[in-house]
Amino acid sequence: MNPVIKNSALFALMAMLILLTGIMQSWNSALLILNMGLVSAVMALGVNLQWGFAGLFNVGVMGFVALGGLATVLISMPPVPAAWAAGGPGVLLGLLLGAASIGVAIWAYPRLPRGRVRVLGMTVILVIGFIIFRRVFDPAVEAIEAVDPATSGYLGGLGLWVVLSWPVGGVLAAGAAWIIGKSALGLRSDYLAIATLGIAEIVIAVLKNEDWLSRGVKNVIGLPRPVPNEVDLQNDPAFVEQATSLGLDPMTASSLYVKLGYALMFTVVLLILLWLAQKALHSPWGRMMRAIRDNETAAEAMGKDVKGRHLQVFILGSAICGIAGAMMTTLDGQLTPGTYQPLRFTFLIWVMVIVGGSGNNLGAVLGGFLIWFLWVQVEPISALAMEVITAGMAEDSPVRGHLLESAAQLRLLTMGVVLLLVLRFSPRGLIPEK
Amino acid sequence: MEFLNAIVALSNYVLVPALAYGSQLALGALGVTLIYGILRFSNFAHGDTMAFGTMITILMTWWMQSVGIGLGPLPTALLALPFGIAGCAAMVLLTDRVVYRFYRAQKVKPVILVIVSMGVMFVMNGLVRFVIGPGDQRFADGERFIITALDFRMMTGLKEGLAIKTTQGITLVTAVIVVGVLFWFLTHTRTGKSMRAYSDNEDLALLSGINPERVVLVTWLIVAALATVAGTLYGLDKSFKPFTYFQLLLPIFASAIVGGLGSPLGAIAGGFVIAFSEVTITYAWKKVLVYLMPESLEPSGLVQLMSTDYKFAVSFVILLIVLLFRPTGLFRGKAV
Repeated sequence: MNPVIKNSALFALMAMLILLTGIMQSWNSALLILNMGLVSAVMALGVNLQWGFAGLFNVGVMGFVALGGLATVLISMPPVPAAWAAGGPGVLLGLLLGAASIGVAIWAYPRLPRGRVRVLGMTVILVIGFIIFRRVFDPAVEAIEAVDPATSGYLGGLGLWVVLSWPVGGVLAAGAAWIIGKSALGLRSDYLAIATLGIAEIVIAVLKNEDWLSRGVKNVIGLPRPVPNEVDLQNDPAFVEQATSLGLDPMTASSLYVKLGYALMFTVVLLILLWLAQKALHSPWGRMMRAIRDNETAAEAMGKDVKGRHLQVFILGSAICGIAGAMMTTLDGQLTPGTYQPLRFTFLIWVMVIVGGSGNNLGAVLGGFLIWFLWVQVEPISALAMEVITAGMAEDSPVRGHLLESAAQLRLLTMGVVLLLVLRFSPRGLIPEK
Repeated sequence: MEFLNAIVALSNYVLVPALAYGSQLALGALGVTLIYGILRFSNFAHGDTMAFGTMITILMTWWMQSVGIGLGPLPTALLALPFGIAGCAAMVLLTDRVVYRFYRAQKVKPVILVIVSMGVMFVMNGLVRFVIGPGDQRFADGERFIITALDFRMMTGLKEGLAIKTTQGITLVTAVIVVGVLFWFLTHTRTGKSMRAYSDNEDLALLSGINPERVVLVTWLIVAALATVAGTLYGLDKSFKPFTYFQLLLPIFASAIVGGLGSPLGAIAGGFVIAFSEVTITYAWKKVLVYLMPESLEPSGLVQLMSTDYKFAVSFVILLIVLLFRPTGLFRGKAV
């Protein structure tokens, strides 16, 4: 079959699934799926860039997504002047000193003679640096966290337009990726996997514990939104009139309007990124990436800078994940570090890329939508299936109760089975690489 | 006296917990390292394999408790352990038959196998959550302490107490027995030797008539046993929660890599290195230092280098240091 027709058919099918959700469940949930599907598609694009283009095995997606979420807080929340006065300079100075001591250590490393002197010197530099850092940093943090801890207790953000946080999220993730890439990219693929897995956990640990930065597990709620509030719309007579003329009650209409607004913005971002990724794929750069992926030694022999290119694509892919993370936090309207789980934010994205077709941008986008749709819909479907299975059992049977109660857990099982089936019978995914 | 008190406090809060935790990590890392050595991929499903074996053990423990079978002062779970191992072995053999064998026959790249193991991870994680639920489960029974802090203080007359939990004692004893049996098996039996030969040089091993499928089968059986034992000991010592077991993946892999992937001895060493660094760096040293330092120098803060939530960071940093300066690990594992 002509691939163009096949791909269009697959995307049409995906659109049908979402439309069907709208007709059978509610338009609200259809738009919810669409919005998170768009975000997931962006994440999948990022992972596809790393894995599909360059064969880099990054299982730290969650960390980059969370950094994007942090960017949303740092950009859009209003600053807390009292906290800045209490400890702002102290925290900045502390961080600067910490960075400086690491810098000194890096500078000194090649200059010290090998052997015991070097080990001793490095230890002394790092230990003294750590002590100074804690001396300056700790009191400042304490002062900040004491400022009105129930409502703020953190430095706040810059109070800028929230959409600005999307590119900033990308930059933040790119910065983290640069540090990780510099230290871990030379490693073998499964070492890189473990390294990225660890980094992601550390990012989440920082978000959970550094209350001065992100309020930790107290969460930041009420982030500014790029679209109007539902309540404002409902109080706007012009909007209510328009809604009633379309035969909708103002409540539903306002919620749909807001979600459509998000969908529109996310679609624009996805299309831009998709266009860029397609351009990259079909450029000499993309061909070089794939050449490196398929045979590193040969590419190196042709004079390609394998390590440099790997670093480049690792940063780019991570930045896209950061953008998606900022978009997601904007959509949620809150940053809740406790909800970041690797199964949902790292491995699910991997399922999207593999199922969609690694190495193909359209495949990754399709996978993002499809897997997100399944992730949401498996729950009601399995609950329904369990109802049918247990229909013959006694009303009060404990087995029946357990099965009905645990139906929600079938989500992970289904994702695993989907991934294994695709890997086995269609290892190149739904839309394979050309 | 002051010095003795310091030592007791140190043992109570650092040495004993780290020894127990290190043994659990070592057992987990042994499983990872064996799969790496024989099947040649990093098994991301290992944490969930541990959870699966532990789940069967817990279910059997509950059943035994309900019909009144027990071990007196020892936890009933020890009696249920063989059933857990059997269940876990059945599960991993099934996954090998249904999933991994296909790819082994195709001789795919290791990274594909890693992705496949991601799928297995999802399935096992889902299964465990489906059967036993995502919440915390406690299944330890019997005597809680070998020696309580109060008894210790009465016995010795020291100010500090040393409490040793039964589970910590059992962990250490079991780990020693299991590791002893494993090393005896690997060095003294024909099957064990063939496993080592297969791990060292696959082609030569095949040439000398070693049956690869048999080696793989035995490996999975050993891995199932190791994973179940490690998981059950961890669950007894702390508590059982599917998500925690998934998260153990990081320290376990760190242990295996720090020791040198593919080297059983390295896995054990790595487990203790990771456990001791995690505990010492996240421990508040004030109590120990108060005994050791003259009064004028006593610390005012807790002297905790990092908050306990950063324990992942510790295993990770050690992992990174080892990878940068000695990529094959402490014990020269294989770097394929």
